Formats: sequence, structure tokens, C-alpha cells
Amino acid sequence: MQQPVFCDVADVRARLGAAGYLADDAIATTVFLADRLGKPLLVEGPAGVGKTELAKAVATATGSELIRLQCYEGLDEARALYEWNYKKQLLRIQVANGSSPDTANDGRPGGWSEVEQDIFSEEFLLSRPLLTAIRRTEPTVLLVDETDKADVEVEGLLLEVLSDFQVTIPELGTIVAARRPLVVLTSNATRELSEALKRRCLYLHLDYPTAEREKAIVLSRVPEVAEALAEALVRTVRALRALELKKSPSIAETIDWAHTLVALGLDTLDEAAVRDTLGVVLKHASDHARAVAQLELN
Amino acid sequence: MNNGLLDRTVAFVAALRAGGVPVSLAESLDAVRAFGAIDVLDREDLRAAFAATMVKRPPHRVTFDTLFDLWWPPLLGDGTASRYGADAGDPDAGDPDDADPDATEPRQGHAVPADRDALRAELARLLLDGDEDGLRRLARAAVQGLGRADAQPGRQSWFSYRVLRQLSPDTLTASLLAQMLDGQDRDGLAEKVARQTIRERIKQFEAMVAAEVRRRLAEERGVERIAKTAVKPLTDQVDFLRASRDDLVELRRQVYPLARRLATRLTARRRLGRAGRLDFRRTVRASLGTGGVPLVTHHRPHKPHKPELVVLCDVSGSVASFAHFTLLLAFALREQFAKVRAFAFIDTVDEVTPMFRPGEDFPDVMARMTREARLVWFDGHSDYGNSFETFAERYPDAITPRTSLLILGDARNNYRATAATTLKHLAASARHSYWLNPEPRAHWGSGDSATAAYGDIVEMVECRNAAQLQQFVERLLPG
Repeated sequence: MQQPVFCDVADVRARLGAAGYLADDAIATTVFLADRLGKPLLVEGPAGVGKTELAKAVATATGSELIRLQCYEGLDEARALYEWNYKKQLLRIQVANGSSPDTANDGRPGGWSEVEQDIFSEEFLLSRPLLTAIRRTEPTVLLVDETDKADVEVEGLLLEVLSDFQVTIPELGTIVAARRPLVVLTSNATRELSEALKRRCLYLHLDYPTAEREKAIVLSRVPEVAEALAEALVRTVRALRALELKKSPSIAETIDWAHTLVALGLDTLDEAAVRDTLGVVLKHASDHARAVAQLELN
Repeated sequence: MNNGLLDRTVAFVAALRAGGVPVSLAESLDAVRAFGAIDVLDREDLRAAFAATMVKRPPHRVTFDTLFDLWWPPLLGDGTASRYGADAGDPDAGDPDDADPDATEPRQGHAVPADRDALRAELARLLLDGDEDGLRRLARAAVQGLGRADAQPGRQSWFSYRVLRQLSPDTLTASLLAQMLDGQDRDGLAEKVARQTIRERIKQFEAMVAAEVRRRLAEERGVERIAKTAVKPLTDQVDFLRASRDDLVELRRQVYPLARRLATRLTARRRLGRAGRLDFRRTVRASLGTGGVPLVTHHRPHKPHKPELVVLCDVSGSVASFAHFTLLLAFALREQFAKVRAFAFIDTVDEVTPMFRPGEDFPDVMARMTREARLVWFDGHSDYGNSFETFAERYPDAITPRTSLLILGDARNNYRATAATTLKHLAASARHSYWLNPEPRAHWGSGDSATAAYGDIVEMVECRNAAQLQQFVERLLPG
């Protein structure tokens, strides 16, 4: 077991805070446990509540490098783990063939096996994020972003890598992590991740924050905004979330809204201001219409 | 961890499992390890640690929180009278001794008015400030002072409605609004927003009172007994026919996420099927990278078979919420179908497809449907027979051999003619036909239910909650 990075929950909160991420009790405790128990951390929640941001903040707070594996449909082992650079291998073989008529025939046996040894070496290995993270000796945070977008087979691959922190490459042998990276997986829950993966992870559900925390976040991200305006902004966003919308505004949108208001030089949030800038927070025409009707913005 | 705490944790895990949260052995071991790693004296840290190790699905979180509050209560019994004052920390917070019923009153069920007023004043102040800790302390004091009733000698019972009736936080709304707006415009946006803020805080307070009452009850009667009644069913397990207003709002919120999850799973299943024809161009292009040797072949994706969907639904009072949810889901999934058409009926039928255009406002659709569509011909009671006949007569082209016909309703026909022959014709001209019945299977065929007549013609499926509906949709859509 390697030395944990954080000494207690308060330490996590303080260091994340210094990295510009305001963590609440649940976030701080869960990050602390992920570090202490050496388990991957699965963060799930709606878009724009700061899942990826959390991983970046953890990297900053622990002085680690962030290695990111962005998942998408069709992601495979070759893109996630490692790949042999076969164009380069091909060139190497051609070079060997070109010189072989002279050399191979004058009594040098094993020309091929030498080439084979050569083309399956480090030089021809393309290391992808998972392998890179395992081989690093410096502190590392591995971010597997939008895990739900990847296919089910990738989950199997992740399971293998994340439970033992080792990778077997047939030609090279097994590579064991020199230093276990802190792993953060994020998911938008567009599909349910497999039980097996969830069981091996610590789970953190990030939801829309409390009014107090959201205000603090807005104030720290957009320092130009006045406190009273931030308060009004957060309350209005919460009123919008209470409506039945297709896509409720998230923290990212609240921050965008604050930026917009500052850029427009508005210092109060009245009906006209809300009506004119509503497009920043609501991205569906029907949501827009609904908000205008329900909040009587006409 | 000492034995007492270990036993408590094991019992808590058992209660979680009984409450429907699947906790594996490995996860409970993690929870115990987490217990050792954190400062157990901080209750919120403990909650977070247990949640991180054992609750891996958001819907289970409510159950978890309820049970956690029961198993790891913030304090025992009355707590101490001095602590309420000491913790308040704010000397201006009214006189804490006044707000504490034990100080002014011997142990009796009913509070004296002075006490009640003091509590109400304190409540108003805390609601205005949104002071969460203060509210929690107040909930504790209020339950202690107002919520107790002596059930039998030596036994007490606790009621949240007593507390809420006497404090009646809702009646504070007007004065709170006035203070919060502070002379601003009394209508329009500011008022809406302030009202929402107050509503949220009152709801929070009510939940705190309910939790406190559960805690006191659990001390009186044992945790296990209270746990059984305290756990609410998950949203997707809520019976359509018994759903409350709040349940329905929650269900509607689930429509889009559910449709998205279903669509993702269907696409994944389709991709897993056999690959389509060889894509010659892409294969040759890819082979250039490997010296002209086609190491990997590329294939065109299969064109998925998309059925046309015709939904015929009973929207009379008893089953309206079921029809509503199912229609919303069908239209949220419209991309999975070649075409979706919806027809609503009570005792006659009308097409309602245009009301579900993309971008329409969902919550209003049901109200508009009953208002604008012509669904009543005779007396406004369900008449399946006449509806089927009218449908066959007015929309003869709606059902084609590519159509999946979906009928929604409880088949309670008020003892009228069933028009089984017409339905047989309709079913025969469709590719598939299904009947979704929101009633429990055990009730089918009782009273005026015509399930026997219809069940022979069309396959009838029990569909009482969102989970069953989801299963059905997966079956309906081919991979």
C-alpha cells in the first residue's frame, strides 16, 4: 500500500479549495476515501455539475499530472491501452529485407528473430492513456471521462486494469504499476454502468448544489459579480430548476449567466434582464417558453 | 472498530438490503474499511462514507438517507436542554429557554400557546435566513414540545402532523414574502423566485420534522419496525393507478432520462448484431496504411428495422396518468420508430398526434388533450366497443402491415358491448398488437373488466409501473 496523499477530510477540503474547487462534505469525504482505500472513484451526475472539474482539481491539489482517457462510442483497446506502431514496424522489416540478401546469406543466422525481437520492443509501442498512467512513477490522476459513452467491452478492460493495476502485453510481459494512480471515472448516466464496475468503485453522485454552495461557487468563479446579484441569480436558477424542464440549468450555466450579466454591465436581475439573457441557461425552445410563462416574464 | 459498532453496521446493511438497496458483501467490507479510515464522530462524514461505498444508484439514495437517520441518529432521547441553547450560538436567537418546551412545561402532550408562538416566531426568522442547522434544532424542539401524545401509560407516540398543524409553516409564507421582497414589486419575477425559495425551505423543514418524528418513534418501538414503514418505493416501482401528484411530477421528470437510456441500450444491441455488407471503399482506404494489405475489413451498418407505432389509449379519469406517461415515453422515443401516431378515447376516439410535436410543453399536453380532442360522444364513461368501431371506421388507413398496435387501458368497459370482432380485424391487419393493462393481473376479469374477451385477441401485458413499462418497450423494439 502506498502512502496516502491526504491526511484527513478537512485536508482534502482545504486543498481542493486552494485548487479552486469548493467541495462539500460528501465530495471531500469520498475523495479522501478514494485516496485512503486506493479505490477508483466513480462520479455520476447531470451534465455541467463539475465532474471533470473535480478530477482536475484533485490533480492540482495533489500535485499530480492528469492523464485523460476520453471515452466515445467505438473506443477500443488500441486507443485506450496500447498499440503496436505497425507502420514503423513495416518500415523496419523492409529495411531488414533490403539489407538481408547481402548479410543474411553470409553466415548470419537468426536474421528474422533479430528483427522480430527488435520490432516488438519499446520503440514500436504506442502507449495509450491507461498504459501511460500505469507506467508513470510520478503521482498521477487518471481521468476516464464519460465512461457511459464507451461500449460495454471497454468496461471489461477497465475492470481488469483498475482492479490489479497491471497490463499484460504478450510480447513484452506483464507491466505492474510502479505507483498506483488515483482514478476518477465520470458518467452522465446515459446508460447504467455494469454492476461489476460499480462494485469496484466508490460512488459519488454529484447533483445540483445547495443554494449556499452555488452562490459561493459563482462568487469564486466570477469575482466581478456583486454578492447581491449572485444571490438573486442563484435563487432564480433554483426557481427554474423547480419547473418541469427538459434540461435543468446546471452550475456551468449559472456561471455562464453570471459572466453574461457582468459583460452586459447589469447589476440587478429584473424581468427584462432575465428575459433577454434566458438563452444562456435554457437551451430548448419549449423550456424557454415554459419559463417565460411560469415566471411571468412577459 | 469495536463489536458494538460492527453489529450496528451489519444491522444497518441488513436494513438497506431489506429496503431494496442491493449491497454486496464486498461493498459492505468496503464500508467497514471506510469506517476505520474516517473520523466517525462527524456524522455527515460517516454518511458520505457509507453512501460512497454502498449506494451506487441515485434512486436508492432516499432510502439510504432515511435508514441512516434511523440507525445513526444525531442524538438520543430529548438531547439536553442546554445544548439547544448552546448550539444556537446566536444570542439574538430569541430566548432559547423560551423555545425549549422542557424548560417551561412539564412532560405533557400539548403545548401552551406562548410556547407555540415563540416557536413560530423562531421558525419565521430561520426560514427567512435559510439557516439549516437552526431549522434542524427547531424541528427537534418542536417535535419534543408539540408532537408528543401519550398513547398508553408509560408509552408515547409522536406525530408530525400535530407539529405542522400547530406551527403551520405555510401560513408564514405571506409575511415572509413581504420581508424577503422588502418593498420591491409584489408580483412578477422577484415574487415568484422568493416564493420558490420559501417553499423550498418549508419543505426542508417539514422533512426535518418527519425525520425527527421517525427518530423518536424508533426509540420508542424499535428501529426495525419503523424502518419497514419509513422506506418509500422507488419511482419506477410506483403503481400508476395509485400515484400521487408528486409521484407523477417525478415520473414525468424521468421520461427523458428513461427514453435516452432505452435508446442507448437499443443502439448498442443493434451494433452487436451481425455486420452489414462489406464497405469496399473504406476497407481499401484503410489498407493503404498497411501497405495495401487489408488487415481490417470495414462494413456498412445495418439499417435497423423501425416499426410504425400506433397507440390507442383510454384517457378516462381512472387510467389517465398511465396513458399520459406511456404516451410521453412513446413520443420521447419517436426516433426509434418510423412513425408514431396516437389516438385517445373515452367513449369515442380522436387523433392526438399533433399535440406531441417536438418542442411542445409536456405537462400541459394531457390537459389540452382532454379539452380539445373530441373524446366524449355519449356519457363520458369508458366505452371500448364504440371507440374501436369508430377508430376502424374513421381511420381505416392508420393500421398497415408494418404497424405495431399498442392499446392502453384497464379494459373496464362499464358492461357495454365489446366489439371484439372489430378488434380482431384491427389486430389481424397489424404486424404486432399488444395491450398494456395498468391493473394488477389478479384483478383482471373482475366486475366490468372485459379482459377475458380482449385478452384472447390481443396479447395483454401487465404494466403497473415504470419498470414494467421499460421492460415492455425493450421487447417491443427489435434489436
